[in-house]
Amino acid sequence: MEKKIRILIGKPGLDGHDRGAKVIAAALRDAGFEVIYTGLHQLSESIVEAAIQEDVDIIGLSILSGAHMTIFPKILDLLKQKNAEHIIVIGGGIIPEEDIKKLLKMGVKRIFTPGAPTNEIVYYIKSIIH
Amino acid sequence: MTNLQNLLKADKITIARAITQVENGTDPKLLEEIFPHTGNAYYIGITGPPGAGKSSLVNAIVPKLLENNKKVGIIAVDPTSPFSGGALLGDRIRMNDLALNENVFIRSMATRGSLGGLASKTKDVALVLDAAGMDYIVIETVGVGQVELDIAQVCDTTVVVLVPESGDAIQAMKAGILEVADILVVNKGDRSGADRLILEMKFAFELRAHNTDWHNPILKTTAIENIGIDELVSTIKSHKEHLEKSGKLEIERKNKLTLRVNELIEERIKSHLHEYVIDQKQLKKMIDKAYERKITPQYIIDEIAKKIF
Amino acid sequence: MSKDNWKEKFSKLKERDINFSNLSKIKINPLYTPDDNKDFDYEKDLSYPGEYPFTRGVYPNMYRGRLWTMRQFSGFGTPKDTNNRYKYLLKHGQTGLSVAFDFPTLYGKDSDDPMSLGEVGKCGVAIDTLRDMEILFDGIPLEKISTSMTINPPAAMLLAMYIVVGEKQGVPKEVLTGTIQNDMLKEYQAQKTWIYPPEPSMRIITDILEYCSENVPKWNTISISGYHIREAGSTALQELAFTLANGFTYVDYGINKGLPVDTFAPRLSFFFNSHLDFFEEIAKYRAARRIWAKLMKDKYHAQDPKSYLVRFHTQTAGCSLTAQQPENNIIRTAFQGLAAVLGGTQSLHTNSMDETYALPTEKAVKIALRTQQLIAYETGVPNTIDPLGGSYYVEALTDELEKLTYEYFDKIETLGGVVPAIEKGFFQREISRSAYEYQKALEKKEKYHVGVNIFEEKENVEIELLKIPEEVEIDQNKSLKNVKQERNNSKVKSTLIHLRNAAENGENLMPRILDCVREYATLGEMCGTLKEVFGIYKEPIIF
Ligand code: B12
Ligand SMILES: Nc1nc2c(ncn2[C@@H]2O[C@H](COP(=O)(O)OP(=O)(O)O)[C@@H](O)[C@H]2O)c(=O)[nH]1
Ligand SMILES: [Mg+2]
Repeated sequence: MEKKIRILIGKPGLDGHDRGAKVIAAALRDAGFEVIYTGLHQLSESIVEAAIQEDVDIIGLSILSGAHMTIFPKILDLLKQKNAEHIIVIGGGIIPEEDIKKLLKMGVKRIFTPGAPTNEIVYYIKSIIH
Repeated sequence: MTNLQNLLKADKITIARAITQVENGTDPKLLEEIFPHTGNAYYIGITGPPGAGKSSLVNAIVPKLLENNKKVGIIAVDPTSPFSGGALLGDRIRMNDLALNENVFIRSMATRGSLGGLASKTKDVALVLDAAGMDYIVIETVGVGQVELDIAQVCDTTVVVLVPESGDAIQAMKAGILEVADILVVNKGDRSGADRLILEMKFAFELRAHNTDWHNPILKTTAIENIGIDELVSTIKSHKEHLEKSGKLEIERKNKLTLRVNELIEERIKSHLHEYVIDQKQLKKMIDKAYERKITPQYIIDEIAKKIF
Repeated sequence: MSKDNWKEKFSKLKERDINFSNLSKIKINPLYTPDDNKDFDYEKDLSYPGEYPFTRGVYPNMYRGRLWTMRQFSGFGTPKDTNNRYKYLLKHGQTGLSVAFDFPTLYGKDSDDPMSLGEVGKCGVAIDTLRDMEILFDGIPLEKISTSMTINPPAAMLLAMYIVVGEKQGVPKEVLTGTIQNDMLKEYQAQKTWIYPPEPSMRIITDILEYCSENVPKWNTISISGYHIREAGSTALQELAFTLANGFTYVDYGINKGLPVDTFAPRLSFFFNSHLDFFEEIAKYRAARRIWAKLMKDKYHAQDPKSYLVRFHTQTAGCSLTAQQPENNIIRTAFQGLAAVLGGTQSLHTNSMDETYALPTEKAVKIALRTQQLIAYETGVPNTIDPLGGSYYVEALTDELEKLTYEYFDKIETLGGVVPAIEKGFFQREISRSAYEYQKALEKKEKYHVGVNIFEEKENVEIELLKIPEEVEIDQNKSLKNVKQERNNSKVKSTLIHLRNAAENGENLMPRILDCVREYATLGEMCGTLKEVFGIYKEPIIF
């Protein structure tokens, strides 16, 4: 059996924009992934803990609230503290180009922005996991 | 490879990865290694139709189970899409209150094609949690709307959750409910119709022949407001005591083990048959002949059986 | 020439190979004729502007009398930053204010709450106490300007702050004009800024209805919003049906509280989206007016004609704008703004071209405002009322949307009404499915989005962006700390205890909230107090 890709889709912070996260979650399910959706308003700590217990391959964060420069580093940091750096972090939402550059440097693997087709996202994830 | 010592110490990353191994069947020795360390946890099953409040109830009862420094493992099963093979696992969301508790481990599982409310590996995953020292293991079934019998074969106490809205569906499920429910919960007690449902179910239980000394209690809860939860937990605990004192726990666990061993034997024999006994090419030829009515299916079976007996 | 003749010719000609349907998936015919409005009765179905059933508009004179209010939704950073932006917009001809609050404020949290970390002032203005509202409206005469506030669970607190700012400016609450969104039903369905579960939320809302009908008579107490439903992914039809169903639910709750319908219904207002499909949007507004009027009259037996009116604000569709070739957004917005005006909107927000990047820059928001001004002053569109009334197409679409809306009403009814349907996840499921279907339609090129899936370009978008400096959070927390030191903390405590008691014993919350506000209690303190009594909402996960 081909290994199932497990991904956690998280909505950290107060951001309530969940349209994109849900579209992505549904698209990934339809691509055969096992998707853990955490729901809105999650603490970074809970997201990391859930990712560890669920043994996901990837954490995908959706952030449209402008808080990305606070939240991504915090998630990366928590993963490190918990010896879970094997979990890849990607994300999407409203994130300006110059911030994307900084986030990639910190260790976020990839950021998708508005207009990104879901099949491209699926293709990308498969390519980094297999 | 799983580090057994770390697993026994309940290291979360180790548990998580061991579960993945078990789920994917990538470390066949693991179950062998952990088996001697299992059998200590008490298994509680929560089943019932979708939306009945199973996850919410888990979220509500677990804090009580955690008292006295106990550890709880939770397995929440959700369906795999038959079309894509993917799954959306959303039970955790109701259990957010527990997410950061040191003594809780929550794992979501997709059914991956198995029917009956659990994934085919749920039992094995539970063993991992058992070995990791969980005092209680709470398993939430898919809840496809019909009674899921598998759960009773895994758990010591099975709780069936119904809601006033289940209405007509319940009629169809009644027999099954009576069969598996050690405890029946009518959740969403805040909704109208809860009391009527309780009466109905009481009546149904009474009609059933009583050959046990456990009188299946019917409880009312409102999971989201934490109402009726203390009583539910104490009823679970008294069921546990009842099983222990009457010696039934041992009997039932032996029954379950027998069942499990039988299952495994069958699986083993089946795969042996297909791999080593039945020559697929030859079988195909015989099927062609049977299709033309030159031989009978019984003849084919006899031919194959000759190789074994 | 007969219709059959045309049909015959038409069927022989080639048609472009696309799906001729609108965003509600209603099939569009190649031509509409009087046959499509067969039972049409002018007096009954349309009548005159300002006359029942108000299909053609809520006022007899519409834009011949006064243009719509140009109201750009805006707020960012500290109250001082936003105050400056308001003065800029007013200077450039904006005629009303619309406050965007930051995330902590939207959820009733203070800037120093741990969950607020990184969010203060980012997506709107940060308001912690009355002091912030004083700064926000400094130098803006509240008796002259109407203010709309996009605020929901803490709506009562922000209204209270506004009232007290008015008092301090010497403006009595009886003359204040404006709107609080205060529409919690659509929060559970779409926008997802919630604190308490539905029932206590409805209690707060009806408290506001009651208080305002007696004390702030010109205030719009609920802005029943389809905008968010649409932006979360619904179709136009779902937006229409769910919004009106929500509206009627508020009416039910008001009546159940014992308020005569005509005491509060005239102060209900609406808020709709204007999306890409031009005529569908126009038909939607016209259908909304007709349906609301009919049911308010026939079902709720309202007597005051003002209770029949769908007065509404419109915002163009943010989700229709693209990161690709962002200049195109100016044009999209112009079409959408035009549809809103042709649909008879009472006020309008036009989105800025940098919508998918950040909160708008001054320049971008000015172009957006100018877009409305072009419609108002150059196109001639506002010269006559409901210019599309009588169009075979628009009338047929209006009828169709009305009919389909009733079908949704029936479905909601069988689920036990709006609140139970929310608990069952009905709306959430409908909306997220539509959102996903739309996404798939784009990817399959069944629907087009210029720059995204057709006429794409390799581009390096160069666009100036508004950045919210990290100091905002620090400054805001400093000033919050100062307020907490300066105020009379024991008085704050006692007003909060009174608020708590009121929440427990069912007394109207508004006077208690006003007392808290006057003592500079923070938003977080007030909402936290109510949370202890009312509990918190947990979302059902629905895909
Ligand atoms: C829809 C929308 C809303 C809806 C949200 C409905 C909902 N339930 O989701 C409503 C109307 C309720 C809303 C409200 C608000 N909004 Co709004 N909203 C938008 C809007 C117009 C579109 C977002 C969207 O859903 N797009 C469609 C989806 C499919 O796209 P997406 O989320 O971008 O996802 C794609 C990619 O980004 C990527 N992706 C996204 N997440 C992830 C995750 C992973 C793992 C991966 C791989 C990829 C990925 O893939 C997706 C597919 O292409 C944007 C502007 C815009 N056009 O982008 C503003 C925008 C995000 N909103 C904004 C603001 C300020 C608000 C409010 C705070 C306003 C206020 N003060 O009241 C409120 C907050 C409400 C809340 N609870 O969060 C700002 C944010 C500014 C900033 N970050 O600097 C924006 C950018 C508009 C603007 N320019 O001002 N909003
Ligand atoms: N009114 C009410 N709603 C409840 C109660 N328990 C759960 N719910 C709601 O029912 C929905 C489904 O609950 P969930 O726990 O996910 O059910 P599951 O599918 O059986 O796991 C959620 O919206 C819960 O908030 C209850 O006691 N009363
Ligand atoms: Mg569940």
